[in-house]
Amino acid sequence: MAVTAGARRHPSEASKKSQETLLRIKGITKYFDESLAVDDVNLDIRRGEIFALLGASGSGKSSLLRIIAGFEAPTSGHILLDGEDITAQPPYQRQINMMFQSYALFPHMTVEQNLAFGLKQDKLARDVILDRVQRMLKLVHMEKYARRRPHQLSGGQRQRVALARSLAKQPKLLLLDEPMGALDKKLRTEMQLEVVDILENVGVTCVMVTHDQEEAMTMADRIAIMDEGFIQQVGSPVDIYESPTSRMVAEFIGSVNIFEGTIIDDEEDHMTLRSPDLERDIYIGHGVSSSVDNRQMLFALRPEKTWMTTEKPDGDYNWSSGTVRDIAYLGGHTVYYVKLPNGKVVQCFLANTERRAERPTWDDEVYVHWMNDSGVVLRT
Amino acid sequence: MNRSRFSLSRLCFWLGIGFLYAPMVVLIVYSFNSSRLVTVWAGWSTKWYGELFRDEQIMNAVGRSLQVAFYSASTAVVLGMLASIVIVRFRRFRGRTLFSGMITAPLVMPDVIIGLSMLLLFVAMAQSIGWPPQRGLLTVWIAHTTFCVAYSTVVISSRLREMDQSLEEAALDLGATPVRAFFLVTLPIIAPSILSAWLLSFTLSLDDVVIASFVTGPGATTLPIEVFSSVKLGVTPKINALATIIIGVVSLVAFGSWYVSRRIDERNRAAARMAAEA
Repeated sequence: MAVTAGARRHPSEASKKSQETLLRIKGITKYFDESLAVDDVNLDIRRGEIFALLGASGSGKSSLLRIIAGFEAPTSGHILLDGEDITAQPPYQRQINMMFQSYALFPHMTVEQNLAFGLKQDKLARDVILDRVQRMLKLVHMEKYARRRPHQLSGGQRQRVALARSLAKQPKLLLLDEPMGALDKKLRTEMQLEVVDILENVGVTCVMVTHDQEEAMTMADRIAIMDEGFIQQVGSPVDIYESPTSRMVAEFIGSVNIFEGTIIDDEEDHMTLRSPDLERDIYIGHGVSSSVDNRQMLFALRPEKTWMTTEKPDGDYNWSSGTVRDIAYLGGHTVYYVKLPNGKVVQCFLANTERRAERPTWDDEVYVHWMNDSGVVLRT
Repeated sequence: MNRSRFSLSRLCFWLGIGFLYAPMVVLIVYSFNSSRLVTVWAGWSTKWYGELFRDEQIMNAVGRSLQVAFYSASTAVVLGMLASIVIVRFRRFRGRTLFSGMITAPLVMPDVIIGLSMLLLFVAMAQSIGWPPQRGLLTVWIAHTTFCVAYSTVVISSRLREMDQSLEEAALDLGATPVRAFFLVTLPIIAPSILSAWLLSFTLSLDDVVIASFVTGPGATTLPIEVFSSVKLGVTPKINALATIIIGVVSLVAFGSWYVSRRIDERNRAAARMAAEA
């Protein structure tokens, strides 16, 4: 899958954001009865950033979000918002608002009344509430629908109202629970960019939970990969995709070819791995200063960085012969499944930059090859 | 299309309708009978309606029954709502299964057993703590509340279980305390089920003869008991007239609720069409 990492934002804009911590999650652990849902999570969320918790279902990301919102009490650990310990505060006292996956719009109230609900709980003056509701309606372009009930709105419109309602109280922190989960694919892409625009417009700090990596990469400044209640890696979309630190992260984000290998040479400026799957050794343009006792390593190579040719590549390293097993034509690019001599199948993406170009076909003899710095070395 | 064509399904339809409604039609027709004897037709008359309204004993029983039904239904709905919240919303606690089983037990318990056990309880209580001092409307109210709670709980808890719990969480998230969240969000959403639980309880209480006859006392005869005992002395056409009025009221309420729900349905569908076009 082609992943458009950080597609929306100009890099200079991201760097303008402050490094100051708004939300500090300190050693949060949560047990449901006997099962461990969240395992000693430590995270710092910076002021003004959009932070995504990405993981498969059951990875503990939703439990963590509900702990931040105050719907679940952690078994141990602390949550600090702006330096204040809010672990013991009930949800209605926290300056945190959440957009629910089901949107949770009150069905017996109009759009206006939904937006005013939180403001009324704060006992604000009538004209302040009216003014704020109008501004929120304008922010999400829903002025025309103020008198509608939620069931009279389409999915995208409901999402806008839900977003406006969670922003109406001007919270310090906004939580999004699977924000695009209830939308169809086409609308989803549209709304992702629109929601990011609105959030940046308001300048709110945001923690979102999602299982959709494309959504996380499109919307977030930083991503945390969660697995079995544990944070595997935190970083920008580019970091996560290009420099995964574990096999789990490499395999979770996008597709990857993984080769097991033994270090046969490890210098400061290069290293070589020997893999039983490949005909030639793997040469990498940097050393890993590995511990001597474990010489088993993994080599992770993204399919779009795995090239395929019909001519034999030059050089002694970084290639192998194979035969084309399967071809999946996806329009923008084609996925070739190449079977190596010892039976391992590797994926290889070829961008379709020409119309109807001559391409290898089923059972053709081909060579896969890659560059010195295309792959990532991981510990087993 | 051939309208007069014989068809088995049409025959079954009319047989079924006849089976259900013929007795009522007979009853309504005979309520306009001028004869004193219920089974002998002697011409049209509305005199039994006049007699009925002049009969203070029956009119008092009607009033008492409506009163008991109103209080029983109201109490049962409040208790049923509390029980539903405990069953559906509270985290697992010791004895939850037992609690939800016990509260719905009167649904399957024969009325005779409920009536008898209530009677024994009231007698024992009167002897040991002196309350309730005597059996009457109060004891009927308590007894009816007991079994109406079971029905209310079933109706309300099923609606509460269906309700998206994130709605309550959203209210809390937006700054409402749990109590405010309940009154501003939960209650309006489950209101239709509370209304239907109330109507069901009201009807059941109005209808009950077995339990009431166990726990009632002097001067507290409810309408079903009144009717039942007067039938034992020989049916008068007055009872037919009373039954006709009850059928009329029930049909009117049923038709009214059907009409209202159809109107709401139409409005919703029109709104959904509007949303789809927008």
